[in-house]
Amino acid sequence: MPDQNPTNWEPVIVAFFCNWCTYTAADLAGVSRLRHAPNVRIVRIMCSGRVDPQFILTAFAKGADGVLIGGCHPGDCHYSEGNYKLLRRVRLLNRMLRDMGIEEKRFRLEWISASEGDKVKSVINEMVAQVKALGPLGLPKQYEELDKELEHIEQQSSGKEAHSHVG
Amino acid sequence: MSDKPKIGFYWCASCGGCEESIVDLAEDILTVAGAVDIVFWPVAMDFKKSDVEAMPDQSIVATFINGAIRTTEQDEMVNLLRRKSQFVIAYGSCAHLGGIPALANQFPREQILKYVYEESPSTVNDEKTRPATSIDIKSHTLTLPGFHKLVRALDQVIDVDYYLPGCAPTPKLLKEAVMALLQGKLPPKDSVLAPDIALCDECPRKDSKPTDVAYTEFKRPHWTLMDATKCFLAQGVVCMGPATRGGCEALCVNGNMPCTGCFGPTSRVQDQGAKMLSSLCSSIKPTDEEGIDAVLEGVPDPVGTFYRYGLAASILRVKVNKE
Repeated sequence: MPDQNPTNWEPVIVAFFCNWCTYTAADLAGVSRLRHAPNVRIVRIMCSGRVDPQFILTAFAKGADGVLIGGCHPGDCHYSEGNYKLLRRVRLLNRMLRDMGIEEKRFRLEWISASEGDKVKSVINEMVAQVKALGPLGLPKQYEELDKELEHIEQQSSGKEAHSHVG
Repeated sequence: MSDKPKIGFYWCASCGGCEESIVDLAEDILTVAGAVDIVFWPVAMDFKKSDVEAMPDQSIVATFINGAIRTTEQDEMVNLLRRKSQFVIAYGSCAHLGGIPALANQFPREQILKYVYEESPSTVNDEKTRPATSIDIKSHTLTLPGFHKLVRALDQVIDVDYYLPGCAPTPKLLKEAVMALLQGKLPPKDSVLAPDIALCDECPRKDSKPTDVAYTEFKRPHWTLMDATKCFLAQGVVCMGPATRGGCEALCVNGNMPCTGCFGPTSRVQDQGAKMLSSLCSSIKPTDEEGIDAVLEGVPDPVGTFYRYGLAASILRVKVNKE
C-alpha cells in the first residue's frame, strides 16, 4: 500500500495502455531511456475499448490516486472502433465521477500512438504532478473510517435495552 | 407453541412496500401461515424486542429483513436477529443493495441533518434543535437511535444467507423462497433467489431489441410518448434491462415503463451502474466529443439513473467526502 504519511506520500496512478499504440509507446520510452515519474502501474490491455468502467472504479476503490488510460488516436484503432467506445464511456464517466466527488484531474484519457514515447513521458509526469497537488484520494482508508461506526454494536446492546422501540 | 418452523420478518430503512408484498401473497399467505409460525413481524403483529431476546439462539429458521441500514437501532436489531436465526434473507432492493435510501450516500450526514432540521421550506425550527441520542429531562434520560454516516446494504452489516431482489420482490418469488426453505431445497449460500440472466431474456419486447443500435438521443420517459410494443432502447429510452437480473416477469415493461434496475445485477457483474453506463455509451452514434456530449445530455443524472437501487453496494459506495 502507498505511504499515506503526507510528508513522504507518493501518488499511485493505475494506467491502462492498449497493446497496439500506447503500450508500445511506453516500451519505446523505455528503450529510449526517457525518464518519467515512477508512480504509474501499467496494465497492458489489447484495446482501450476493453476498459470496463468497473476497472476504473475498482482501481480508485482499492487505493489508486489517479487512473490514466492510453489508446490509439481516433481512426487508428487496431480493431477499428474500440477507442470510440471508450471515449463515449469516458465522457459520461467524467460526469459520474465528478458527482461522486472524485476530482476531474484524477482521471485522464490520452491518445498516444506507438511512436509517441515522449508523449508517454510528458503525460505521466504532468498527471503525477497534478495528482500530487490534489493529495491522496485514499478511498480504502475512508471506507475503513466509515465502517468504524459498525463496531461494538452487539456489546452495547447487551448492557442496556432502554431505547429500542420495536412493534 | 407448535413445532412448526419459526419465521420472522423485520424492516429497516424502507418504505413499507416490501411489507405490502408479503400481504400481496393474497390467499397464498394462508398456505404460508399454515406451514410456519410467524414469531416476529412488527408491522403486523405485536411483538417486542424483548420477545426476540428471550428466544434461544438459532431458534428462528429464517428471518426476512427488508430495508437498508442507516440507524444504530437497525444495526442492533439485525445483529440480534442474525444471532437468533438459522437463515437471514435480505428481502427487497434496500436490504439487497441499499435501494433508494442509499442515494443519500451522495450527501454527508451533516448536510442531510442540516437540510431536514433547519433548511427545508416546511421546517420551522428557530432553536435549530437536532435529535440527540441521549437527553436528560428532570430525572429521566431519553434516548434515540444514532444516525450512521452511511446507508448500507444488509450484508455490509451482518452475514446474509440469501437475497430476494426487487422493489418490491414479487409474491411469486417470496412464495418460491418460503417453499424451498420448508422443503430444504435451498441453493448454495449467498444466492440471489431469482433467475441469473438479464431481464431482456424474459422481456415481451425482446424480438424488437436491435442487435446493433446507434443512439442519437436519449429521451426521458415523462417527455416521451412511448411505443407500447417496441424495445425501449430501440426508442432511445434508457432501460436498465440489459444490466438487470430478470425474475420480475417484466412488470414495468408490461406497464409501458422502462426497467429502472431494482433486481440488481446478475452474478457475473459487480457494479450494475458501471455496466449499464458502459453498454449504453458504447452504442452512441457520434464519434466526436461534442456530438457524444449532446447525446448524453439525455442522461442528466448518471448516478440516479444507473445506481437508483444499488449505490450502497456499488464499487464506490459513497460520494468522496473531504470534510
